[in-house]
Amino acid sequence: MSGHSTYQPKSAFTRWMDARLPVGRLVWDSFVDYPTPRNLNYWWTFGGILSLCLGVQIITGIVLAMHYTPSAAGAFNSVEHIMRNVNYGWLIRYIHANGASMFFIAVYLHMFRGLYYGSYKAPREVLWILGCVIYGLMMATAFMGYVLPWGQMSFHGAVVITNLLGAFPIVGETITTLLWGGFAVDEPTLKRFFSLHYLLPFVIAGVVVLHVWALHVVGQNNPTGVDPKSKADTVPFTPYATVKDGFAMSVFLILFATFVFYMPNALGHADNYIPANPLVTPAHIVPEWYFLPFYAILRAVPDKLMGVLAMFGAIGCLFALPWLDTSKVKSMRYRPQAQLYFVIFVVICWILGVCGGKLPDDQVIPGLSTFKLFDSELNSYVWLSRFATLYYFAYFLVVMPVLGLIEKPRPVPETISSPVLGDSDKKD
Amino acid sequence: MLRKVTLLAAALVLVAGPAFAAGKAKEPADIAFSYEGPFGTYNQAQLQRGYKVYREVCAACHSMDLLAFRNLGDRGGPFYDPKYPNANDNPYVKAIAAEAQINDLDSETGDAIKRPGTPADRFPAPFANVIAAKASNGGIAPPDLSLMAKARSGGPEYIAALLQGYEAPPKGLTVPPGLNYNSYFPGDVSAGWSGDKHHTPAGGYIAMAPPLKADLVTFDDGTKSTIKQQATDVAAFLMWAAEPKLEERKQMGAAVMVFLVLFAGLLYASYRRVWRNESH
Amino acid sequence: MVDPAANAANPSGGEDPSRRDFIHIAAITAAAVGGAAVAWPFIAQMNPSADTMALASVEYDLSKIEPGMQVTINWRGKPLFIRNRTQAQIDAAVKDDTASMPDPQADAERHKDGKAQWLVLVGSCTHLGCVPTVGGGDYQGWFCPCHGSHYDTSGRIRKGPAPLNLAVPEYAFLSDTKVKIG
Repeated sequence: MSGHSTYQPKSAFTRWMDARLPVGRLVWDSFVDYPTPRNLNYWWTFGGILSLCLGVQIITGIVLAMHYTPSAAGAFNSVEHIMRNVNYGWLIRYIHANGASMFFIAVYLHMFRGLYYGSYKAPREVLWILGCVIYGLMMATAFMGYVLPWGQMSFHGAVVITNLLGAFPIVGETITTLLWGGFAVDEPTLKRFFSLHYLLPFVIAGVVVLHVWALHVVGQNNPTGVDPKSKADTVPFTPYATVKDGFAMSVFLILFATFVFYMPNALGHADNYIPANPLVTPAHIVPEWYFLPFYAILRAVPDKLMGVLAMFGAIGCLFALPWLDTSKVKSMRYRPQAQLYFVIFVVICWILGVCGGKLPDDQVIPGLSTFKLFDSELNSYVWLSRFATLYYFAYFLVVMPVLGLIEKPRPVPETISSPVLGDSDKKD
Repeated sequence: MLRKVTLLAAALVLVAGPAFAAGKAKEPADIAFSYEGPFGTYNQAQLQRGYKVYREVCAACHSMDLLAFRNLGDRGGPFYDPKYPNANDNPYVKAIAAEAQINDLDSETGDAIKRPGTPADRFPAPFANVIAAKASNGGIAPPDLSLMAKARSGGPEYIAALLQGYEAPPKGLTVPPGLNYNSYFPGDVSAGWSGDKHHTPAGGYIAMAPPLKADLVTFDDGTKSTIKQQATDVAAFLMWAAEPKLEERKQMGAAVMVFLVLFAGLLYASYRRVWRNESH
Repeated sequence: MVDPAANAANPSGGEDPSRRDFIHIAAITAAAVGGAAVAWPFIAQMNPSADTMALASVEYDLSKIEPGMQVTINWRGKPLFIRNRTQAQIDAAVKDDTASMPDPQADAERHKDGKAQWLVLVGSCTHLGCVPTVGGGDYQGWFCPCHGSHYDTSGRIRKGPAPLNLAVPEYAFLSDTKVKIG
């Protein structure tokens, strides 16, 4: 919320700097004195956690790049060189690999928070879209990063995903050849993925700056969905939000450390410890867990091009969300029917994730034989994916537009401070 | 209302979550290895026995390209000696290395020669290249074992089960020539199965013939050299080969977790102090 | 409810503002300690890795070197001279112990006790790093062709632009015929 700056440079140096490049003022206005709604709950700490994750990935990534060899012959062995020979190399590698997963855990929780509390609604549409852009960049970065160790899953995952682009008529093959730099995924592909994987995190950092800027122009949303009306509704960011974010980060780090030190390969795939062999396809190609829901949507559609369009469409729905949701009430705290659909949506996302990791024709309920519907048995993961995909799109394209028009929301408080003073319900 | 629905959803998810295996291979038996758990460490005697099995049995066909002789003397390794923190100085390691013949070039004539190994040398491979490996093994190259314990789901337990799991094929199963039936090896034997289609035997066909026999390797510490012992020990050794930093990792983990829990506690107290007069 | 503006300047809420709460100091100190502990591995990873350190030491069998001959081996990426000096070369070096030279040093300080015939030197001219040739120059020690530095039979700089004697690395005799350098 742009207001008058209260920054008062105290020393001669800070006054001198303030007249030339007011960085101190910017930090003060944005992160010290910045008015923050007083009723933010822990779902609002994930922004800070995500910044921590980005910083960790960039630092560990730059250090790994000091030892990594981006060639088909050298990549796999250079990663093992890092694990075995480089001082603390194993630690830095495990932090980077698990850090990617932690980054996605945090971003999904951050996004679900946005969906539940209506943080994408006016005037935060641009903020939301910038967030979707960051999410897309994260996915591209993570995909290319996973290719770099040049294991079996790295290689064949790259083959599958780059082949998807060949689905587009006319231009498909040209695009894939351009992307590959050859007739298949090979050394040129690896080298350019390395270069882009190094570049994109800095692009993400730039978009994050825009994201925080857009946030600070309109101010944070809060669990009531009602904007702050007076000074009584807010507290200064430092120390109130700073210390809460710090605490949340330390809890997040406990989870992060549990993976790094005790289960460093739990979120990965054993096949990626086998050096890439273009002539041998793994029995079961799976992307990393954070892509599984979209992989399930891709495979749910029997046609290759339609599957690709569905997968991109699933991400596209997010961009359109501010205009799909017709509800006048921001926060689902006051929208009981929306809450139900939301919970089902979260479960559906989980189900899609599970489906993405399975073989499409495997039985969901083992031993139960059913009839064949079109191309597959009803009791199969591909049909479960199809039903789940249907709900996924229905949630954005049917529930969001229609529910806002027909629902009966609970009364929304006048200000943030009224529920806090012991009024109505404080529960989500 | 939301609480109830969320709890129900969470319960459903937990039930649906665990993967039901495709049922293609037998589940390996669990082994209580010494390195398991948050405070696990490698059993040095077991690693020594396992190394002997690798060196005398497996190394005839399987390379271990990522390991150097000096790694045997590293902390957590089979021949670590606290008197020699630098593994390159460890006399046992030097002796083991010297037993190996390493390909090199004569520094004066440039001819290809073989010379005794030093701790800095990598384990020599049994075959000069992949083509030679395939040619000597019926068209299938024996895989490198450096990362085998991490490159197969089931890890060392799977390896130990596989090595012990060769059994006579059940009646009605025709095993293709050059292959062996193993009930732990992931695969599909339905092509050679002439029995009940709903009870296809578990497992698959593996190119490796059963490598272990009772008393094949004599253990220097006197341990009875059963197939089970050899399999278990070599599996532990392979785990060390794949993850030599395991002990260091878990020790650092303990220190980090203690610090983080205390730090989180401090930050929580700080948070409560900052907010104590504020309603929120 | 306390006025938030007052709290910005005074988070301890109305108490003495100059007494920073202990808990905050403790938390910030813990963060600093944690930060330093985290920073260490990121700095240490730039130190030589284990495989580089494995090649940091090299052992050499001296029986291959004839008297008066020198062998040059690769040690830590640099040339290493191992020279089997004749008695005449040793005597010439000792005779000049007190002669005026840019970097005075007695011959006895440049070899191991009782092993005067063996000279182990880093074969890198202390001027700008070229590899001196053996036997050349005015003192029959080494001669650096790049800028004309002359070293004597003890590897000491006698004439020319080099400031220091050829470096003697850390080494030890494992036996009469085996030496370990590094």
